[in-house]
Amino acid sequence: MALQSLDIKQRSATTTPSPSMRQTPEVAKLIDISRCIGCKACQVACMEWNDVRDEIGSVDGTYNNPTDLTAASWTVMRFYEKENADPFDFEWLIRKDGCMHCADPGCLKACPAPGAIVQYANGIVDFHQENCIGCGYCITGCPFNVPRISKKDSKAYKCTLCSDRVAVGLEPACVKTCPTGAIMFGSKEQMTFQAGSRITELHGRGLTKAGLYDPPGVGGTHVMYVMKDVGDPGAIGLPTDPGISPLVSVWKGVSKPLATFALAAVALGSLFHYVTKGPNEVSKELEDELDKEDVK
Amino acid sequence: MIRDPKDLQRYTAQERANHWVVGICFILLALSGLAFFHPAFFPLAQIFGGGVWARILHPFVGVLMTLSFLGLFIRFRALNAMTPTDREWLSRIGEMASGNDHGMPEQGKYNGGQKLMFWVMSASILLLFVSGILIWRAYFGFPVGLVRLGAVVHAAVAAIMIAFIIVHVYAAIWVKGTVRAMWYGTVTRAWAKQHHRAWYRQMTGKS
Ligand code: HEM
Ligand code: SF4
Repeated sequence: MALQSLDIKQRSATTTPSPSMRQTPEVAKLIDISRCIGCKACQVACMEWNDVRDEIGSVDGTYNNPTDLTAASWTVMRFYEKENADPFDFEWLIRKDGCMHCADPGCLKACPAPGAIVQYANGIVDFHQENCIGCGYCITGCPFNVPRISKKDSKAYKCTLCSDRVAVGLEPACVKTCPTGAIMFGSKEQMTFQAGSRITELHGRGLTKAGLYDPPGVGGTHVMYVMKDVGDPGAIGLPTDPGISPLVSVWKGVSKPLATFALAAVALGSLFHYVTKGPNEVSKELEDELDKEDVK
Repeated sequence: MIRDPKDLQRYTAQERANHWVVGICFILLALSGLAFFHPAFFPLAQIFGGGVWARILHPFVGVLMTLSFLGLFIRFRALNAMTPTDREWLSRIGEMASGNDHGMPEQGKYNGGQKLMFWVMSASILLLFVSGILIWRAYFGFPVGLVRLGAVVHAAVAAIMIAFIIVHVYAAIWVKGTVRAMWYGTVTRAWAKQHHRAWYRQMTGKS
């Protein structure tokens, strides 16, 4: 989604500064898993605000519906059934899945198309589909398996954190619609503070493992979770210590400019070899010698 | 260059055509691939009608190049078997490059450098093909770990291959009388005697 912006922090495949005259405070969405009832109102609000409709799929026997993120479903509720040691203590963990809006976004790092992915000063990572070439490198770069390429137009899509709403001072559509207040939105600072108070409250209620998921491996995220057991994010399908894969860092790191210089050096080296050493001509003596043989 | 009936036939028309198909594919692949490689090269995508077209076309040209290179591989594989003389030639490649090739060991149809080029190209194309399939998102969906590995391998091998091809083309330009072997397939006897004496003797029966 594109809006003319003067507060761009990073732009994919761009080596010069981006328009950054305007500065905005960092925002964050805080999802309190302990308060989510899995009603999927946020999924509906997301479709409505962004005006995208997924194809009707089929139910796979769980409450996961649709079963995965798609180019038209930018957020989905994932239901995890957790059986604890006490057989009567069965838990349903529900996570609202979608883009984490990483401070260090692997998608943006991997993207080869200039300006197809931008990160605003407020921390939102946005895809600009008009610049997208459809290569899928963002999927390769993302530590959270979020972007999806549309089968219809071969462009990549994902949650925009309602960058268009946030730009005009509104909260994201999912936040506005959540009936239990499980999704909150504000400055990153404020949300971190709010998460802290909630976690203290949960600790007081005996949920001693409760904590905030704001993984430092990706520089922190602009979508954070309050979870009941922060030591085990795997229980709700999140990586324990996410970060940009070392393979992606090698692929997109200093090796690229170095290889570019190396190629230029080989080409220029060849040119200067010619200019300094001269061509390797067939020797005149050999030619004359063969001519003489012919005459004989 | 005057064509002389006594010139030596180095390549048949089929061999030349095969080589040109591979060469044209390579140029298209290098230009479109580099567009994704680093932002500095992104403007190259315009040659293909923009980034989307470059992304669509590149892998198909890659498959075509792999298939046509297979033809070259089958034709020239046996002629490129490395021998101890080739290794000696390679160890003294510095003398050759400095323009002082008189003392170099006598070479057959291909010298050690050409043979090395052949094997580097064969290995590169195999790796580029396999890694290229892994990262071809439009038609395949491999596990992300494999795709990441494929991306690194593809980019690294592509850079190596482009560097070797620059050397390959430069060597043909530097050694005068060579490029015609790829235009009309013949070289002069003097060229052969100077650069590939064993092959010259084999072709002419002379010493
Ligand atoms: C042999 C068959 C090949 C296949 C199937 C293939 C496929 C691909 C694919 C799928 C991509 C990702 C962009 C896209 O979706 O179009 C890509 C990128 C690339 N290809 Fe190929 N390719 C092949 C051969 C080559 C060759 C021979 C070269 C170079 C001489 C090359 C150079 C590159 C480069 C430099 C990139 C960008 C890598 C990066 O983003 O770091 N490819 N290739
Ligand atoms: S979660 Fe994935 S798509 Fe979202 S910002 Fe991070 S790397 Fe990009």
